[in-house]
Amino acid sequence: MKWEIVIGLEVHTQLSTNTKIFSGASTAFGSEPNTQADAVSIALPGVLPVLNKGAVERAIKFGLAVGAHIAPRSVFARKNYFYPDLPKGYQISQMDLPVVGQGALTIQVEPLSGNAKPYEKTVRITRAHLEEDAGKSVHGATQSMTGIDLNRAGTPLLEIVSEPDMCSAAEAVAYAKALHSVVRWIGICDGNMQEGSFRCDVNVSVRKPGEPLGTRREIKNLNSFKFMQQAIDYEVQWQIDTLENGGKIQQATILFNPDTGETRAMRSKEDAHDYRYFPDPDLLPLDITPAMLDAVRSTMPELPTTKRERYTGSFGLSAYDANSLTSSREMAEFFDTTVGIVGGANAKLAANWMTGEVSAQLNRDNLEIAQCPISAAQLGGMLARIADGTISNSGAKEVFRALWAEGGDADAIIEAKGLKQVSDSGAIEKIIDEVMAANADKVTEYRSGKDKLFGFFVGAAMKASQGKANPAQLNELLKKKLAG
Amino acid sequence: MSLTTQDVQKIARLARLSMNESEIEAARSQLSGIFELIAEMQAVDTTGIEPMSHAQELSQRLREDTVSEPDQRAAFQAIAPQVEDGLYLVPQVIE
Repeated sequence: MKWEIVIGLEVHTQLSTNTKIFSGASTAFGSEPNTQADAVSIALPGVLPVLNKGAVERAIKFGLAVGAHIAPRSVFARKNYFYPDLPKGYQISQMDLPVVGQGALTIQVEPLSGNAKPYEKTVRITRAHLEEDAGKSVHGATQSMTGIDLNRAGTPLLEIVSEPDMCSAAEAVAYAKALHSVVRWIGICDGNMQEGSFRCDVNVSVRKPGEPLGTRREIKNLNSFKFMQQAIDYEVQWQIDTLENGGKIQQATILFNPDTGETRAMRSKEDAHDYRYFPDPDLLPLDITPAMLDAVRSTMPELPTTKRERYTGSFGLSAYDANSLTSSREMAEFFDTTVGIVGGANAKLAANWMTGEVSAQLNRDNLEIAQCPISAAQLGGMLARIADGTISNSGAKEVFRALWAEGGDADAIIEAKGLKQVSDSGAIEKIIDEVMAANADKVTEYRSGKDKLFGFFVGAAMKASQGKANPAQLNELLKKKLAG
Repeated sequence: MSLTTQDVQKIARLARLSMNESEIEAARSQLSGIFELIAEMQAVDTTGIEPMSHAQELSQRLREDTVSEPDQRAAFQAIAPQVEDGLYLVPQVIE
């Protein structure tokens, strides 16, 4: 009998504030060790935490983006454990009353195997809470000593916890990607996975259909989507093999080794899970007033789901195109600006160019949309000339190449390269007449039923016009004339 | 509720406290007293009373997100037991 896979995620997103969650020290990445470790970060006796408004606003933004309940009153708690990168001996986190309650995120899943079709799924979000990050340990620099850098200590994190709603590595990766896209979209996290701004812990268990949940093991600190998929695939197989061989799964925290592609249990620390949470007496409850909520709401950008609905509804785009165009906020804003120039009636044209030529060229040059050498205004200017019949699609490709390589504006390039298409029916008719006269034998064949020759005439006439004839007009006139 | 010696040893270990037998016994008796006080409070009927998470009925003041702390590493590290290349040194931690 087949096994069912059950996966839930805990994602630590580093919030993009200027300062730490409980002090005014900078959070800039990559500074000299401990130069951003102020009295609060190193836990000097007598210091008190003061909550950063920017961190609270970002947590609220996330809650609004996933349709979650924002707690009017939430509470900070101490999570007690000993580790040298946590000088207070406790991490300030939230336990019983987190700032963000239940929400949901709709994800687009691309199955990894064979011919399965992409599908949509909604993953429930259990909660999201504010907490502080720990410092970093540097091992091996000095014999039998560990170096501690507390620059990162106190950096604000939003830990986002999902329900165990995912049942494959593909779904877990799709959820992580969707979350990554949302936090960047609303500007609360830079999403830089190499620098640890977006770290995923994945809880995995397996069970036979209909049975209660199996014992889970937690894969810690995955910082790439590829590793996440590999780690889950390996872990799932390991659990199934273990159970089928009569073994039992022990709850454990495990690490993924990208070099071997294997997961292994961390040495279990004695009493590691006895955190003895209690409300932090140094911090009063966090009250989020309706006024603060409204103020944050007014800064929210249009969300990807709303954009997708607008693109498919008002513009008639396919779900696929709407998804591609909302893969990042920069992409969507580029598209919106372009459509602003060419008009909603030409949105499909703009979408085709964005998902086609523009994306392909960005890929070839290994660029992000934000680094696109052509601005939305330049692209819009060119598309407007396709829409009004000034240039053909093939002429547009030439304009596009010139814009990409040299910049400038579409109208000047069209003029300079003589790409203006011929839409004067008299001129087109004249070309058709010449082509027909030069190929009288083929005209006879065509008229005696060899329809396939039509393509030949289109090609010949287009060539004679040096590619400038308006294709629609050319087709129409050619059909008429060949019919005799 | 009365605590056992093992309970106290566990609490001491979690708090990284080293205690000898007589200290453990003294702590056991004191902690048991605290737990008795808590038991007394638990017995009070609090139906309909909203729990408080802080003794003061106030809400958290928020700080603007502007850098206000200068680099004081030199001053802080001057009083640290051991430092090297800007890092605080602690006895080796093995994962």
